[in-house]
Amino acid sequence: MNPSENVSSPRRGLTVALVGNPNTGKTSVFNSLTGLHQKVGNYPGVTVEKKTGSFTFSDTDVELIDLPGLYSLVPKSLDDKIASDILTNPKNKISVIDIIVLVADASNLNRNLYLLTQIMDIGKPVILALNMMDVAKRNGLKIDVDCLQAELGVMVVPVVAKKNKGIDELRRGIVALGGKQDTLKTRHLQVEEEFSRVLEPVCDYLKENTYYNEDYCRSLAIRFISSDDAIKYLEGEWSRNLDGARLKKLIGTARKELEALDINWHMAEARLRYKWIDRMLGRCVTRSDIISSDISERLDKILTHSVLGPLIFLAIFAAIFQTIFSYAEVPMNWIDSGMHELGLLAARLIPPGLLQSLVIDGVIAGVGAVLVFLPQILALFFFLGILEDTGYMSRVAFMMDRVMRGAGLSGRSVIPLLSSFACAIPGIMATRTVHDWKERLITILIAPFMSCSARLPVYVLIIGAFIPAGSVFGVISYSALTLLSLYLLGILVAAVSAYVFKKTIKGTGRPSSFVMELPPYRRPSLRWTALQMVERARLFVTDAGKIILAVTIVLWFLASFPRSGGQGDDNDFAKTPIEQTYAGRFGKTLEPLIKPLGFDWKIGIGLITSFAAREVMVSTLATIYNLEDADEGSVDLRQALVSDTDPQTGKPLYTIWTALSLLVYYVLAMQCMATVAIVRRETNSWRWPALMIFYMTTLAYLASFTVYHIGKIWG
Amino acid sequence: MRTLNDLKPGETAVIDSFTENDADMDYLMELGVMEGTPVVFVKSAPLGDPIEIDVRGYHLSLRRSRARCIRVN
Ligand SMILES: Nc1nc2c(ncn2[C@@H]2O[C@H](COP(=O)(O)OP(=O)(O)OP(=O)(O)O)[C@@H](O)[C@H]2O)c(=O)[nH]1
Ligand SMILES: [Mg+2]
Repeated sequence: MNPSENVSSPRRGLTVALVGNPNTGKTSVFNSLTGLHQKVGNYPGVTVEKKTGSFTFSDTDVELIDLPGLYSLVPKSLDDKIASDILTNPKNKISVIDIIVLVADASNLNRNLYLLTQIMDIGKPVILALNMMDVAKRNGLKIDVDCLQAELGVMVVPVVAKKNKGIDELRRGIVALGGKQDTLKTRHLQVEEEFSRVLEPVCDYLKENTYYNEDYCRSLAIRFISSDDAIKYLEGEWSRNLDGARLKKLIGTARKELEALDINWHMAEARLRYKWIDRMLGRCVTRSDIISSDISERLDKILTHSVLGPLIFLAIFAAIFQTIFSYAEVPMNWIDSGMHELGLLAARLIPPGLLQSLVIDGVIAGVGAVLVFLPQILALFFFLGILEDTGYMSRVAFMMDRVMRGAGLSGRSVIPLLSSFACAIPGIMATRTVHDWKERLITILIAPFMSCSARLPVYVLIIGAFIPAGSVFGVISYSALTLLSLYLLGILVAAVSAYVFKKTIKGTGRPSSFVMELPPYRRPSLRWTALQMVERARLFVTDAGKIILAVTIVLWFLASFPRSGGQGDDNDFAKTPIEQTYAGRFGKTLEPLIKPLGFDWKIGIGLITSFAAREVMVSTLATIYNLEDADEGSVDLRQALVSDTDPQTGKPLYTIWTALSLLVYYVLAMQCMATVAIVRRETNSWRWPALMIFYMTTLAYLASFTVYHIGKIWG
Repeated sequence: MRTLNDLKPGETAVIDSFTENDADMDYLMELGVMEGTPVVFVKSAPLGDPIEIDVRGYHLSLRRSRARCIRVN
């Protein structure tokens, strides 16, 4: 007998889905319930895929599913569809979900209840979690929970997810409700007698040919009559059980009959539900007259002011760059000297020879060279995190919509593109919120031009080594300015590319639109931002660290063997010229191809290893220079780059023009395998990732070539 | 008749009807923007377009081309 089955009280298992409008705090509730740290942010569309977690409460194991937000069960974008599919897809005969917890924003109940009434029609047990009760109170709203419970016929639990309030009550509620069918039924879709009669043939047809219960069939019938979009959504799914043409005909007949009765069928569902909601809320919610002065609105007047708005936007980003350059330098130096000490320690502990070289020149030099940039990357994540948490991102989208239109996009693409500054992968995932497929595709194709955090180590290394000290008017240093220019270059090329794609890719023909909710500003939670930073730092050190370590070890081997002479005397090891090793020979073979860009074989090796991750360029150069360096201990990489000389001419190997050429190459080239894989997944074809590799790399090559040759002519 | 597009910042009006019935308008209705709903024109973006409205207690942005299809009084 299986021992786990032999327990006195059998444990129950429940599967619970968290659904609700975007940005109502579903993920915050999820995190509070499970103790996990999924990403939250103050803009609609943070969660774009299904996430699961679990908790146990009084002998019940609850499997929790966090879903992307949606406004209605007629999905408009892929993230909506993911949520909607889980709840309603007729293919899941018996849907796995036992309870639906609808997380609503209590300060904005009216619209939130639209989805609730739709979901209640599905016939699953529903709990309404009234989140953001703190905000509702602050806004002077008095919500009568008992009244809501009675009117809606579902359990209502007030919570403040951010402060962990009401979470235990919610746990208790979930477990108490169990998988019990909801018996309290109310009809939110109250229609006239004649309307009801017209609906009947459609209802009957749905009842016979779907797995849905009577209530939901009625709800669906009204939805299909209301809009063609709803029909389109189910078209893909019904083929097995339903005859689409027949259903459409029934709907057409019903619409005509309604017209004869002088009933407006267009969006009847929205009209009926909102009518019911307005009346119900009138009974359960009162608004005190003392309207607290709306800080959010006053703040917004300044932040999206026609002149100040764009200026503040630029100032914020200039400040971020300046911080990345100046303040992050301090912790950087700590890590750097720590690594140096570690190198010295290893030199003392490990006898000279292959092992010492592997540890010092390979692992410590390589991994350390990238680790040094952790403060910069964290600083970038910190600022992006704060911007995401405050609600400013949505305002940037609002301000940029007009500009994006020129490139065939809308403000909706702004947030995915801004996320791409951290990493293109979440950025590309975030494009799921873009409604139009063509707009989404264009956004995916240009997202990698946004300089991601993995490029930062390369940028900072090269800029630090080759860009002269000094500043413009003593305000912004040349270094920060160069960095800013690299980001701007990426944005500019992205804009031009988007324009070209707009003209060449075939679209759906629907007019572009920008209907988007603008959330109120919220105070960023430093605790949360710090937590997420720690999480990202951990990921960077472990995940990226593993890649860097692996590549470094392989590289160390390739750049150390075969040994010259081959006498096997370990002490001769360091004198083996790298040019003669496997890596060196490979780099030399590659050299003719990249010579026109001003790159030598060492950079060539780095370009290859960068395919694993862009920052590996830095660890690669560190390993190569440490192997070349005869002395024990680690070399200063910047110094090594500046003082490297061409063995034939004796002149410096790298000039500022080589540096600029390399920087431009890193801005534009498609080097990230992980991005290629995600584009393949999100576009469901090899066509787009292939195009991406081709056009980005071609652009990068041409641009670097141009920069380097301008430099050569200049002198 | 005036449209949502003609309102000044801070002005309140009640939606009268839509002059167009496409998917985008359906979406607005699902979001609670429909006949009889009061709206406040909050402001327009720095470049004049899109605009921000306050409807049913939350803020929504939409383009002027859409606002022109919404009659108000
Ligand atoms: N004041 C207050 N803010 C909250 C509360 N719960 C969540 N928030 C904030 O609301 C914002 C949205 O939270 P999320 O948990 O990301 O919301 P979501 O519903 O998962 O959003 P999407 O995944 O985009 O649909 C964040 O800024 C949270 O910090 C709450 O109870 N009170
Ligand atoms: Mg979420």
